[in-house]
Amino acid sequence: MLILNCPYCGCDKDETELAAGGEAHLKRFGPGSSDQDFEEYLFERTNPKGLHFERWRCAFGCGKWFHAARCTATLEVFGTYKAQTLEPPKVIKDVITTKRPGWSWRNFS
Amino acid sequence: MSTRLANYGRLINRAKAVNFTFNDKVLNGFEGDTLAASLLANDQMLIGRSFKYHRPRGVVASGGEEPNALINLGVEGHFEPNARATTTETFSGLTAASQNHFPSLEFDIGAINSKLARFLPAGFYYKMFIHPRSFWKHIYEPIIRKSAGLGKAPKSRDADKYEHYYHFCEVMIVGGGIAGLQAAKSAAATGVRVLLVEQTPHWGGRAPVDGVMIDGMAAEDWVAQTLAELAARDNVVMRNRTQGSGVYDHGYALAYERIADHTPGDGRPRHRLWRVRCKQIVTATGGIERPLSFAGNDIPGVMLAGAVRDYVLNYGVSPGDRTVVVTNNDDAYRTALTLKQAGLEVPVILDARAEGGGDLMGEAITAGIRVELGRGIAQVLGGKRVTGLQICSQAGEGAVLEEIGCDVVAMSGGWSPVVHLWSHCGGKLNWDADQAMFRPDPNQPPLSADGEGFVRVAGLANGHLRSAAIIADASVQGAAAAKAAGGNTKRVVLAKAEDFEERPLSPVWLMPQGASYKLRSKAWLDFQNDVKVTDVQLAAQEGFESVEHAKRYTTLGMATDQGKLSNINGLAVLSKSLNAEIPDVGTTTFRPPYTPISMASLAGEARGELFQPIRKTPMHDWHDSHFAEWEPVGGWRRTYAYVRPGETVDQAVQREVTNTREKLGLLDASTLGKIVVKGPDAGKFLDMMYTNMMSNLKLGRCRYGLMCSENGFLSDDGVVARIDDQTWLCHTTSGGADRIHAQMEEWLQTEWWDWNVWVVNITEQLAQVAVVGPNARKVLEKLGGVNVSADALPFMAWADEKLGGISCRVYRISFSGELSYEIAIPANRGLEFWEMLVEAGAEFDAMPYGTECLHIMRAEKGFIMIGDETDGTVIPQDLGLSWAVSKKKDDFLGKRAQQRSFMDNDNRWQLVGLETLDGSVLEDGAYAIASGKNANGQTNTEGRVTSTYYSPTLRKGIAMGLVFHGPERMGDILSFTRIGAAPVKAKIVSPVFYDPEGKKPNV
Repeated sequence: MLILNCPYCGCDKDETELAAGGEAHLKRFGPGSSDQDFEEYLFERTNPKGLHFERWRCAFGCGKWFHAARCTATLEVFGTYKAQTLEPPKVIKDVITTKRPGWSWRNFS
Repeated sequence: MSTRLANYGRLINRAKAVNFTFNDKVLNGFEGDTLAASLLANDQMLIGRSFKYHRPRGVVASGGEEPNALINLGVEGHFEPNARATTTETFSGLTAASQNHFPSLEFDIGAINSKLARFLPAGFYYKMFIHPRSFWKHIYEPIIRKSAGLGKAPKSRDADKYEHYYHFCEVMIVGGGIAGLQAAKSAAATGVRVLLVEQTPHWGGRAPVDGVMIDGMAAEDWVAQTLAELAARDNVVMRNRTQGSGVYDHGYALAYERIADHTPGDGRPRHRLWRVRCKQIVTATGGIERPLSFAGNDIPGVMLAGAVRDYVLNYGVSPGDRTVVVTNNDDAYRTALTLKQAGLEVPVILDARAEGGGDLMGEAITAGIRVELGRGIAQVLGGKRVTGLQICSQAGEGAVLEEIGCDVVAMSGGWSPVVHLWSHCGGKLNWDADQAMFRPDPNQPPLSADGEGFVRVAGLANGHLRSAAIIADASVQGAAAAKAAGGNTKRVVLAKAEDFEERPLSPVWLMPQGASYKLRSKAWLDFQNDVKVTDVQLAAQEGFESVEHAKRYTTLGMATDQGKLSNINGLAVLSKSLNAEIPDVGTTTFRPPYTPISMASLAGEARGELFQPIRKTPMHDWHDSHFAEWEPVGGWRRTYAYVRPGETVDQAVQREVTNTREKLGLLDASTLGKIVVKGPDAGKFLDMMYTNMMSNLKLGRCRYGLMCSENGFLSDDGVVARIDDQTWLCHTTSGGADRIHAQMEEWLQTEWWDWNVWVVNITEQLAQVAVVGPNARKVLEKLGGVNVSADALPFMAWADEKLGGISCRVYRISFSGELSYEIAIPANRGLEFWEMLVEAGAEFDAMPYGTECLHIMRAEKGFIMIGDETDGTVIPQDLGLSWAVSKKKDDFLGKRAQQRSFMDNDNRWQLVGLETLDGSVLEDGAYAIASGKNANGQTNTEGRVTSTYYSPTLRKGIAMGLVFHGPERMGDILSFTRIGAAPVKAKIVSPVFYDPEGKKPNV
C-alpha cells in the first residue's frame, strides 16, 4: 500500500486511490515500424529489482496520469512528476543520483 | 488433575461465575477466564486431536501462539472453526466443541494413524499418491479431502456485523506490555498522536506474572499508573483486544479489534478492522517461549513453563498437582517457585545446563526444590495425559537414570522475540548466538517512501530479555519513533526496572542431544501438523535443503499457528542435519496476519447491498414495479425481460420480440455509454481512436464505429454523432463507457498531450429510450413537437427537438432492424418521459422490452455484440467488418497490429450464421469438430458458436459463430459439440437471418 504524491492534486495519495499503469516513457511505434520495434513497444517491459519509472493514474482523485520514480526493492520513492514529458525531469534525476549514485535505467542516467 | 485453586487469579472475578458447554457438557468458569483456563479448571486437559495422526492434544500455551487447543466455537450464524481456546474469553452461554475426531474426542478411530506413523513419514502423500496416475481423481483425492481440515466449515451465513475503521496517527505502538506502555509514554510526551494496541483484554503483558519491579513499584501498580497517565492525554488512543496484525508499505498497518467476541448479541459489531496510516511503528510484541524437543513432548500435560505460571497466577488454575520443570534457562525457575508458593508439588527441576542458573536457582534450592543439572527428559510417559517421565543425562543418548511420577511437565527452551511485524514489510533479522534467537537487525528496517526505516522494535521483541533493558530500550525506541515522526524530543521519559541476576541459556535443540531414532521419532516439533524431529531430518536427507522447501515437504509451520512454537526448533534441527549454521539456513517468510483474523472483518461492511453499489437508470423503479427480471451489465442492473404473472421468462422474451417486430417496443437504453469529444483536434483524435473515419462525419449525421486496442483486437463499438464543428458524441457499450473514457484520457494525457481535445463522460446525465417497431413513428408524432418523417429525419440522422414538451435529442438509428428512434433526455426527466411514452404508446400496443429481446433481435439481423462475438482475440476483419476499417488513414489504434502476418491473413475463424438441420438451438460456446487430433490428443476444432438463440420471428434456432474460412463455406454442414450429448449438425448460412435487404428500418 504505497503512498504517492499526485503532482496535479499536490497531495499524498494512498495506493487504493490510484491505478497502476506499468512502465513509463514508452515510445509508441505505429504503422511503418519494424516488427521488432512494434513487438518491443507492445510487449517488452523491463521488470527491474531496484530503480523503476512507472505510470500511475490518480484514478479516484483528479483522474490525471503521472509518473513515479521509485525503488521496487526498498519501496523508496524518489519523486513523482507529470506525465507530459519524454524523460524524467532533472530534479528527479538529481534526487536519484544522490540516493543511487551511478544509476541508469534504459537510456536514462 | 487440573483444577481451580482457592487462591490466585489476578484476571478473574470469582464473584461472577459463568456457565458454558464443551461437547454438550455444561461446565462453569469465572468472568475473566480464557476458555482454556475454564477447561483446565474443569480438568479438561484433552481438548482436540492433531491433524495427521489424530494424537490427543491438550493446552500447551496461554496465548495466541497456541497450536493445540483449537475448537469449534458457537452455533449456526455465529459458528467459527479453529478458534483458539487460549485467546477466547469465556462468557455465559458459550458453546464449544472439540475438533478432528470420530466418533468422540476420547475414542477416535483416526488415531490408528498414530500407530502407522512409521509408514506415514514426511512427504508420504507426495510419494504414495502419485501412482497410478489415474487413481488421483477418483480414489485418492476424495479420501484425502474427506480427512482434510481440522474444524468444520461453517454452514450458515455469518449473522454478525463487522466494520472497518480508518485511523491516522504519527506513531503506532503494537503491544501493551511494559515495553509498549513505556514506548507510548515516551512517544506521547513529544506531542505526536499515538495509537497503542494490545491483543489481549489486559495491559502489562507478562511483567505482573514475572514479578517485575519498575520505579520501585510492583509491575501491576506501574502498569495501572502508566495507563492512567496515558488515558489522561488527548494525543493517545488505546485499544485492548486489538491485535496489530500486519505491517505493510509506507506505514500502513492493520489492527484487528475483537469488540464483541466475549459479549455476543449486545448489538456491537463483532470485529473491527483498523486500517492505520502512521509515520512510525514501534512493535513491542514481546516473545514466545520455545518448547523443548524430547520424546512424548506432545502428550497432554506437557506445557510451556510460562503458560503454567500464567494459569496459576492469572486464572487461579493449577494444570496439575505434580509438575516437573525442564529448562535450559533461568526463567522457568519462576514457574517452579510459583507452583511451590501455591502449595503444589515440584518433584524436580531438570536443568539441561551442567552449570545451572543464577539467583533464581538459588531461590528454588532454598525453597526446597530438588534441582538436577545437566539432566533432561528421555521420554514422557502417558497417553491422553502425562503420568510420569524418565530422566536422562542431556549429554547422553537417553539411557534412563530415574523414572518419576508427575501429571504436568513445564518446559522452557528459551524465548524467541516476536519479530513477525518487523519482518512483514521487509525488516531483516540477525542471529544472536549468545541468546540463541533471531532478533531485528536495526540496520535493515522496512523502509518508508523517503528511504528511512519506519518500524522500530522495543523490549523483548528486540532481543532484550531482562526488564531493566526492556524498559530502557522502550524509552529510547518510543522517543526515536516520535522524533522521526516529527515529535519534539527535548524531554525524555525514563523508567527503571530491577532484575535478578540470571545466567545465559544454553541452546537445546534436541533432548537428550544424542537421542536415538526411537526417541527422535516421538519428539514433536509441530504439534498441530504432527511434524517430528525425524521428519525434518528426512527432508534434509532427501535433499530439501532450502528452509522453504523443507517447510512445505514436512508441513512444519504450515498449520493455523504458522509455526509460532515450532519454526525455530525445526530450523535448528534442519541446520544441524545440513551441518550448517542456523543463520545460514535462514527463516521462512513471515507473512501477515500475525494470527488468523476473521474473513468477515476483512470484508467489513462490504456485504449484501453494500458489497458493490448498483448503478440504476432513472427508470429503474418503474421496471422493478413492472416485473423486471434483472441482469447485471457492468455496474448496472438492466431488465432482462418483463415477466408478467403466469409467464415464464422464455415466454416473456418471445412476447417482447414478437410485439416489437409487429407493433411497438420500448427499451430503456440509458446505460449506453455517452462520451462527448470536443475541441479543435477532436476529429483528428477520433480518427486515431476509431478504425473508421470520424473527422469527415457530416453535422447532423451518425456513423457506426469500431474501436480496437493497440494490439489490434476489437474492444468496443457504437454510434458516433457529429454535434457541431468541434463536437462529437460517442456512444459506447453499456459496460465499456468508463473503460473507453479512461482510455481516451490516457492517450490524450500521455501520448498526444499537445492536441486540443476535451473528453467528458456524460453517460449518467442522460436517460435514453429506444422506440422500436412499425408503430414507432406514430407514437412520436402523437407526443408532438418534432418532425420525425422519413424526409425530415432520415436513417442515421439526429435532431435536437422537443417531444411532449421535454427537450431531447432524437437519433434515428436501429439495432433491431426495425424502424427505430433512440431518444436522449436529461436524466431527471427520464422517468417522466418513459411514462409519457408508455401512456401514449398504449393505443399502438407499446410494450417495454428487455435485454434478451434486444439480443435476439440484433442476432436475427446479424449485428455483432461486444463480448459475444468478441473476446479479446477477434479483429474487425474476422467479423466481416472490413468496411469499417479505414484504408485511407495513416494511423489508428490497432492499425500497425493488424498488419502483422497472422492478422493480415484470411486463414482465421470468421463470422457466419449457423442453423441446425433439426431447428434446435445450438449450445452457447459449442465447438465445431474438425478431423484429427492435436498434439495433446484433443479433438481438433474449426469454429465455435458466439451467439445462439431461439428466434420467435423465424421459429427456429439461429446462431452466429466464428468458423475457419467460414464465409467461403456457405452451405457446408458442421458438427457442433453438446455437453453430455451427441454432436449436432448445423449448416453455415449468412449471419443476416431477418430482412436481409434492410427494408424494414427505411420507411
